[in-house]
Amino acid sequence: MTSKTNTISRICQCLLALSVSSCGGIQNAVNPAGPQADSLSRLWWLMFTVCSVVFVLVLIAVLLALRNRTSEPPANTPPLLELPPEQQRRRRNAIISAVTVTAVILFVFLIVSYSAGRSLTADLAHKNGLTIDVTGHQWWWEVRYNDADASNIFTTANEIHIPVGVPVLFNLHGADVIHSFWVPNLGGKRDLIPGKNNSAWYQADKPGVFRGQCAEYCGLQHAQMALWIVAEPQDQFNAWRQSQTQTSMTPTTDSQKRGQQVFLSAPCVMCHAINGTPAGSNVGPNLTHIASRNTIAAATLSNTREHLAQWIKDSQSVKPGNKMPQNNLGEADLQALLDYLQSLK
Amino acid sequence: MFRQLLLCSFLCLFVASCKREERKFSQPPAQFKSYDVTMSDVHPGSTGVQQPVKSASDEHAYDTNEGKRLFTQYNCSGCHANGGGGMGPPLMDAQWIYGSNTENIYSTIVEGRPNGMPSFRQKIPDAQLQQIVAYVKSMSGQLRKDVEPGRTDDMNARRSEQRTERKTPQQTTAPPQ
Repeated sequence: MTSKTNTISRICQCLLALSVSSCGGIQNAVNPAGPQADSLSRLWWLMFTVCSVVFVLVLIAVLLALRNRTSEPPANTPPLLELPPEQQRRRRNAIISAVTVTAVILFVFLIVSYSAGRSLTADLAHKNGLTIDVTGHQWWWEVRYNDADASNIFTTANEIHIPVGVPVLFNLHGADVIHSFWVPNLGGKRDLIPGKNNSAWYQADKPGVFRGQCAEYCGLQHAQMALWIVAEPQDQFNAWRQSQTQTSMTPTTDSQKRGQQVFLSAPCVMCHAINGTPAGSNVGPNLTHIASRNTIAAATLSNTREHLAQWIKDSQSVKPGNKMPQNNLGEADLQALLDYLQSLK
Repeated sequence: MFRQLLLCSFLCLFVASCKREERKFSQPPAQFKSYDVTMSDVHPGSTGVQQPVKSASDEHAYDTNEGKRLFTQYNCSGCHANGGGGMGPPLMDAQWIYGSNTENIYSTIVEGRPNGMPSFRQKIPDAQLQQIVAYVKSMSGQLRKDVEPGRTDDMNARRSEQRTERKTPQQTTAPPQ
């Protein structure tokens, strides 16, 4: 008996811990970090509270009805065809008031959710403190920072830096199939559809790192298609942006020079671009500043030397089906290539 | 009895449709290899014409579709357009200057050809080369219909590979160099 009680209490503890753990976190719609997510989470809490109260009230009503049920009529009494008028009146009143309350609640929900929806999408044209083109590929995110000055335009992947307190307009495109852009801490989701231009805006009110995730099933590695949004103060953002607009680092050591030659003569060059070298393809992520990113492979692996080596040699063991082929480089060539890639700050 | 037989055969049909083409992602990294290519019937010594190379990708719908993706992404379409040809020769007809077999197309890509076709030696892994070769063959209807790509995501300038007229490859002479 005690062991059974123990198990039950342990399960209860686990459930409690789970429900509490979902209240913080870097990928969580009820831990808002911006005005959009804020209005969404307020909407959620309102609906949750009202529905919980209604649920509890209905349960109480059912229990009361069970307790006050009339006793069984004695046998051989003819069945009651019509309720007495007093009971009929009470029943009608109960039904009318319940229907009215339900209608009022639903109508309030309608108004509140409509206005929340409006606040997310309205006034898109004025939310362009910064404009970023995001293109969804199978299975990574291409990120291009737009600017009126062409020399300030640059392309990166899977890691989006934004300044705190500035509305950021995202132009969303799909390269192959439909993806969906969603960073729960900052706001709602919006689809990236091939051949159609979609827009969304986010604003971060506090610095932090937030995880986003493709929210539309897009093939084998949909689950491993994540991105990071790094919200940082304006001066830090400016410094980051300045460093990203530079061309890639020139290799200095012999090993890095050899690594660059390996890159340019191996299949790498067919898909990846490194600004400042002849590599200019846009099929895969731009690697000009790969070493400045925290993750590789759409936030699947942390950006360490071991992970890079694993990814280059046999990416199919990490994300089966992804579009990066396995590479058959010699050990010396691989180490040189790693030296070069890690120098691309 | 007849009814039971009918039911059984229907069930068999259902079971047959359960076999799905297997996609092998984690093959060992491919080695770069070079095929011995015979371009004509005249050969020194007594060696006969070699058996054509069999490529598994030629019978694999996923591979031909990947080949189609790579054909665009590696910018083959820059010269050959979507098979109709432009700066480079068309690939959707029956005329083959440098041969239509797997090993011919393979070495055309790997070694390049005079008058413009660059060499992609060491640039494209072997597994992808086989996929591209399979796709090139499908453009003139040389593969099985259920293997060839059935649709295209771009504007259709021609019928999909699946609906292409079957063609018999013919050898034509190489252009003057």
